[in-house]
Amino acid sequence: MEQEQRRGSGGGKISGQLQAIFDKYRGQQGTLIPILQEAQNRYGYLPREVIGEIARTTDNPVSRIYGIVTFYSQFHLKPRGRNIIKVCQGTACHVRGGKKILNFIEDKLGIKPGDTTADLRYTLETVACIGACGLAPVLMVNDDTHGRLTTELLPWILDRYK
Amino acid sequence: MDNDMVNVTIDGRKVSVHKSASVLNAANKAGAKVPTLCYHPELRPEGACRVCVVEVEGSRTLVASCVYPVSEGMIVRTNTDAVRHARRSVVELMLANHPPDCLVCVRNKNCELQKVAAELGLREIRFDGEKKKHPLDANNPSLVRDNEKCILCGRCVRVCSERQGVHVYSFTRRGFGTVVSPAFDAGLDEAACTYCGQCSVVCPTAAITEKDDAEAVWKAISDPTKHVIIQTAPSVRVALGETQGLAPGAIVTGKMVAALRRMGFDKVFDTNFSADLTIMEEGSEFIHRLKNGGKLPMVTSCSPGWVNLAEMFYPDLLEHLSTAKSPQQMFGAVAKTYYAEKSGIDPKNIVSVSAMPCTAKKAEAVRPQMRSSGYQDVDIVITTRELGRMIKEAGIDFAQIEEEEFDAPMGIGSGAGAIFGATGGVMEAALRTAYELLTGEELKNLDFNDVRGLKGLKEASVNIAGVEVKVAVVNTLGEARQMMERVRAKEAPYHFIEIMACPGGCISGGGQPAPVDGEIRMKRQASIYEIDRCSAVRKSHENPAVKTLYAEWLGQPLGEKAHKLLHTHYHAQHRGI
Repeated sequence: MEQEQRRGSGGGKISGQLQAIFDKYRGQQGTLIPILQEAQNRYGYLPREVIGEIARTTDNPVSRIYGIVTFYSQFHLKPRGRNIIKVCQGTACHVRGGKKILNFIEDKLGIKPGDTTADLRYTLETVACIGACGLAPVLMVNDDTHGRLTTELLPWILDRYK
Repeated sequence: MDNDMVNVTIDGRKVSVHKSASVLNAANKAGAKVPTLCYHPELRPEGACRVCVVEVEGSRTLVASCVYPVSEGMIVRTNTDAVRHARRSVVELMLANHPPDCLVCVRNKNCELQKVAAELGLREIRFDGEKKKHPLDANNPSLVRDNEKCILCGRCVRVCSERQGVHVYSFTRRGFGTVVSPAFDAGLDEAACTYCGQCSVVCPTAAITEKDDAEAVWKAISDPTKHVIIQTAPSVRVALGETQGLAPGAIVTGKMVAALRRMGFDKVFDTNFSADLTIMEEGSEFIHRLKNGGKLPMVTSCSPGWVNLAEMFYPDLLEHLSTAKSPQQMFGAVAKTYYAEKSGIDPKNIVSVSAMPCTAKKAEAVRPQMRSSGYQDVDIVITTRELGRMIKEAGIDFAQIEEEEFDAPMGIGSGAGAIFGATGGVMEAALRTAYELLTGEELKNLDFNDVRGLKGLKEASVNIAGVEVKVAVVNTLGEARQMMERVRAKEAPYHFIEIMACPGGCISGGGQPAPVDGEIRMKRQASIYEIDRCSAVRKSHENPAVKTLYAEWLGQPLGEKAHKLLHTHYHAQHRGI
């Protein structure tokens, strides 16, 4: 079974969902990255089987696609959480204790930046600056910005995102 | 006046080069040695390492000469303070992130990074930064990858995709985290890798090397209860000399045999013997397929890199592969049965070693199908490179050693067996035998020149007993893939196809000494044909030892015993994604 999955022959469901994306770009050059982006929008990340399917359909070696996907930080190879936490590690946040904020969340959720909790509730990431230095230290959850953080505030903030 | 030529001045010397040349080509022509690392004469230049920088008048910065095109009137300086300083800095930065274990590294004294650092006169590494940490990839029988020694030159990426068409490697991640790896960071055992080992030949450092099995050989030799025999492949004797400081292509058959005896092998045999056996079986199989409407085109199966490719990429076409085992494996099967019986040695005490130009042979030996004798037919496979190191370790003065002869009977080979080492050789050997077996007449001219040479694809048509037999010969896996796509599309109008995985065939196999370029390959090839030309017996079916083997013990080609010992089967391999 695992062999089957790794070869990406895991059934027609994936093919069906990707088909619309392939159809849209058929016959056009330089469309690998848009295809990867749209596939990721559909699945939330890029599962192996999807990469395999894209490799076969676009006639690209899997190794090349893997190279692209790991080069750009916009692509994800692991499932993403329902809520994306972005903890700012920019200069202003750094001097105002951004590292402490990050460490607190790492400990509380038991994950490292780039990882997702087992229940798929949170994905933790760091960002270099979100342009809200006046509010440092700051983090974003999905599209919400939370500033002037203290570790006391964090449990209450995290709890709001189910 | 040729309009395609441009005039360039290199360090004050005027040279005329083709307009498509790079500054590096022009510099070399002008006698200026420009150091390189990522550049490889047979691969597309990439300009990744920046070691080859030079000054071009009018250019704002130093340029990477390997990718910079020449233009009319260009003035280039390859040896200025700025150039020397920049080159040193580039290499210094590489070394700052490279393990400082040259003295105990397998590529010590044969490492391009070490050589460039020495030639640039680097005397200190001023930077002491973070070093990359990567686990070893050593879960396969053939190759070891140590990414901590990788300088990201990309030669392996290029040889595997451009030349072999297998695309195992890619640059992944970025910045400091950049690493060359198969998709999903798989080990080579999980990736769709054929183990051809061409990456290990072009790697400038020890980032990709053959799996070293020398210790297992020494252990067997020093065990008094073991009878240790060795077979040597046809192309080892035209390349081994390079590991001992002799000229490329030097024919060192007798020295090699003598050295192997000094090392302590009980018998020194020749894979040319079993190459003749392969021709008997494969030639007979071809005639059988031709006469009885069998699956055609028949494709040779001596090259284990190619067999791996077929099993992974063309599982629907495996019926085209000859069921005849490769010479290595025929030797192994016969050694632990016929030879054991003849010499009165219990096969369980025989350790069968083979010296091969090939990393994929290590994987072939451990295929579960390769136990026809009741034991693993070939126990240990060492490459030419490992053998070269063992000869040095044993303190043998290779240049001075007196030549000796192979042992009988499995050391007797024909010229036809010898040419297995070069692309086209298996085909030529098969044609010599098939012609005489089919027509019953003597073949007057033994040289099939159409199938010789280093071209990727060669075609020929031979009239045998009124039948126009169409043959094709391909080398490199990239060419093999093109050919098999044609076979799949039923657009390959051939009866018989020879495929060898490596460029030029086994003479520049994945286990052969580096560096290899077109010139070295031609010298090794010329030596292979020289050995054939000077052989007393030049047809496999006239090899007296092979004749005796059939008459006394084996019976007929394709007979019951031959089928059990000398033929194999293939199955789809599900690796990669």
